[in-house]
Amino acid sequence: MLEMRRTEWEELRRHGEETYPHESCGVLLGRLDDGTRRVSSVVRCGNTRDDSPHNRYHIDPRDLIRIERQGRERGEDIVGFYHSHPDHPAHWSPTDLEEAHWPGCSYVITAVARGRADLTRSFVLEGDEGSKRFHDEEIELS
Amino acid sequence: MKIHIPTPLRPYADKQPVVEVQGMTVAQGLEQLLARHPELRRHLYAEDGRLRAFVNLYLNDEDIRYLDREGTAVKDGDTLSIVPSIAGGAGRR
Repeated sequence: MLEMRRTEWEELRRHGEETYPHESCGVLLGRLDDGTRRVSSVVRCGNTRDDSPHNRYHIDPRDLIRIERQGRERGEDIVGFYHSHPDHPAHWSPTDLEEAHWPGCSYVITAVARGRADLTRSFVLEGDEGSKRFHDEEIELS
Repeated sequence: MKIHIPTPLRPYADKQPVVEVQGMTVAQGLEQLLARHPELRRHLYAEDGRLRAFVNLYLNDEDIRYLDREGTAVKDGDTLSIVPSIAGGAGRR
């Protein structure tokens, strides 16, 4: 399960609306507690895929290093990521699975239809490279 | 040198976020890490022995691909970050 405050949920959805028709992306910092990922902050990142930003995203590893460092100072870890699917369903794509390499983390996807955030869903990556798969997970808002 | 382990790899490194190693190069530091935590090897390297394409290694804030790769010299106080890539999207490759 993924737990987050409604304000954070709204923040990542708003990000997808602001970058429309391009994909937004970012990092979820928080704590892993007994299989539940509790998000304490949502950190926006730039999408470096200038060649195809409407249907691809990539986060600069230097951003991840900086965010991980910020989290460490507050006792938080990277527990997941988010991105948007402009005019595309809130479900992982074959590309999302192929390029997912953080098992145990949540991958949150928001469908943005004509500039408005629609459904937001979360999938946890399980297994290792040879057997990886996404599993639907509940988002609990507080 | 300190090696920062990303969350998905910590279960294979006794749950440690940071491992301190000695060595003159990135390769020597990594070999020490793998000697201590052998389970990490298959997550970092493909069967042909090459570093997996999605595994980024940053010495401080520099991608080692733009330095001397695994041969890059290191000194005390350096930090090596293992950063699996974050990418995807609705589109096909």
